[in-house]
Amino acid sequence: MELLYALTLGVLTTCGVYLLLRARTFTVILGLTLLSHAVNLYLFASGRLVAGAPAIVGLTEGAADPLPQALVLTAIVIGFAMTAFVVVLALKAAVELRNDHVDGENPDEDRL
Amino acid sequence: MTHALILPILLPLITGAGLLLLYRLPFGVQRLAGLASTLGLVALGAWALVAAGGGEYRLYHAGDWPAPFGIVLILDRLGALMLALTALLGLACLLYASRGIDRRGAHFHALFQFQLAGLNGAFLTGDLFNLFVFFEVLLIASYALLLHGGGRARSRAGLHYVIINLVGSALFLIALGTLYGLTGTLNMADLALEVAAAPPGDAPLLAAASMVLLVVFGIKAAILPLLFWLPRAYSASSAPVAALFAIMTKVGVYAILRVFLLVFGLGEAPVNAAAWQWLWPLALATLALGGVGVLGSDSLRTLTAYLVIISVGTLFATLSLVTPATLAAALFYLVHSTGMAAAFFLLADLLGQQREEGYDRFSVEAPMGHRPLLGGLFFLAAIAAVGLPPFAGFVSKAWILQASVDEPRWLWLWGLLLAAALLTLIAVSRTGSRWFWRPGPIKTPRPLDRGGLAVVAALVALNGALSALGEPVMGYLALTADQLLAPEAYIAAMLPETPALALGVSP
Repeated sequence: MELLYALTLGVLTTCGVYLLLRARTFTVILGLTLLSHAVNLYLFASGRLVAGAPAIVGLTEGAADPLPQALVLTAIVIGFAMTAFVVVLALKAAVELRNDHVDGENPDEDRL
Repeated sequence: MTHALILPILLPLITGAGLLLLYRLPFGVQRLAGLASTLGLVALGAWALVAAGGGEYRLYHAGDWPAPFGIVLILDRLGALMLALTALLGLACLLYASRGIDRRGAHFHALFQFQLAGLNGAFLTGDLFNLFVFFEVLLIASYALLLHGGGRARSRAGLHYVIINLVGSALFLIALGTLYGLTGTLNMADLALEVAAAPPGDAPLLAAASMVLLVVFGIKAAILPLLFWLPRAYSASSAPVAALFAIMTKVGVYAILRVFLLVFGLGEAPVNAAAWQWLWPLALATLALGGVGVLGSDSLRTLTAYLVIISVGTLFATLSLVTPATLAAALFYLVHSTGMAAAFFLLADLLGQQREEGYDRFSVEAPMGHRPLLGGLFFLAAIAAVGLPPFAGFVSKAWILQASVDEPRWLWLWGLLLAAALLTLIAVSRTGSRWFWRPGPIKTPRPLDRGGLAVVAALVALNGALSALGEPVMGYLALTADQLLAPEAYIAAMLPETPALALGVSP
């Protein structure tokens, strides 16, 4: 399980960083989403990975650590809010600047 | 007064939420509500300074859960100083915004209150995850405030600002996950004990987590490789928002002080040694870049943004020497530079309104109304910002120079600090002579915004007062530095059950 988990995190982070560096608002938002997924999974794993253990103390013998789950929940909520904000901002910027590059101008165009 | 400690967060939060719900209220009422809440924060800031001034820590256990499991707010001298500074700055910015800028977009007053709530929360929390949450609160408010008023330049600057801060948030969470995985706690005091007692095998991972945190706070504080978002974002936003943002870089400074002196500063071989080593050259380079940027700016707002960068460089260069004297001097400079950066952002707007064209750009020569009055104010503000007597900049810089002279590396700091001040002096005198000494005939003089002028004049006068009251302020700051360098008391206050600490602190 650990190997699969680590590989997933690695792939998500790599793709996220690659997409971030594409510097178009749509890919940047996708990249940020992938990155925040990777971060949330990483936070979740910081309480150690155990199978079949609920995060409620007293329900079973070996309960999973509940704190990372609370942290992840908060991080997911914040992440969603932020992603929604960037989407709206990217739309606004695309309309105002007539361009989807994060710099607001297309580097391939001739600047005269 | 048992619940007074949570009021700096609750008061703006409730006001902001109310303003958001009651957005149909007449605009004057919204303004009054915002101003009343901010005045309340000033009173709370004054209370905090008195309450923490004696040196004992005040704690607030949310829901009465004890540390390290519950959410704990903790007030010490540094936190009280930052609270009071934020409240005063917020009041000045809100008064200026109430001259008409707040009408240019929706929900200005609600967002402003949320920003203050986030800032106050970040200064009060005793838990790293809550620090993250309050960072996000203040950031999302700042994203919306940055765009207040709209326009192409703001959208463009906003994209960079938002994206770099979101990446910063992801890094912050990675660092927190690593720390939690290694130690099983995120309470700062508990974490400090766990980090100091960590097995040597964990040291590389702890060092990695501390460095990621340094990058995160470095983004907020705008230290050299991470500062390129700042000039554009600050110069694009509206004047009161940019002035309020003067405290935002200081949040990064605050977080670095808190985390690296408390969490990573305990034990035989503290983790933070590497951080100070990295900060020193980066801070000097930031200082140099700020000086060059000030000279090369094309508008007064960009110039002010580079003044902010100079102040960050000065702060970190002084802080990374980590002695009580340099720490106290740096805190004095922090108060001075925050106020002056805000005054300059507001002044740029005030002057820009009076120019016939070009707003605050240097390349345009335009006649300006009310030159004697505005020129006089600009002269005083420029002297204060550069650090000439009799203003607080002079006192703080003299103190920094005096405090660092015993250090073997003092020559670097002296050289760059004085060179940056000289470059600033050249840049502002060039601006002044261009704007006020080359008058053209003014065709249509515009009415002077007397309220705005009064706010800027009050900020400059406060700077003068800070200089006049230098001695008591210095006394308070010296005690603050002592408190920061002795985190055992913080830990003992936060975790009363822990046996007496035998841990030494080394910078």
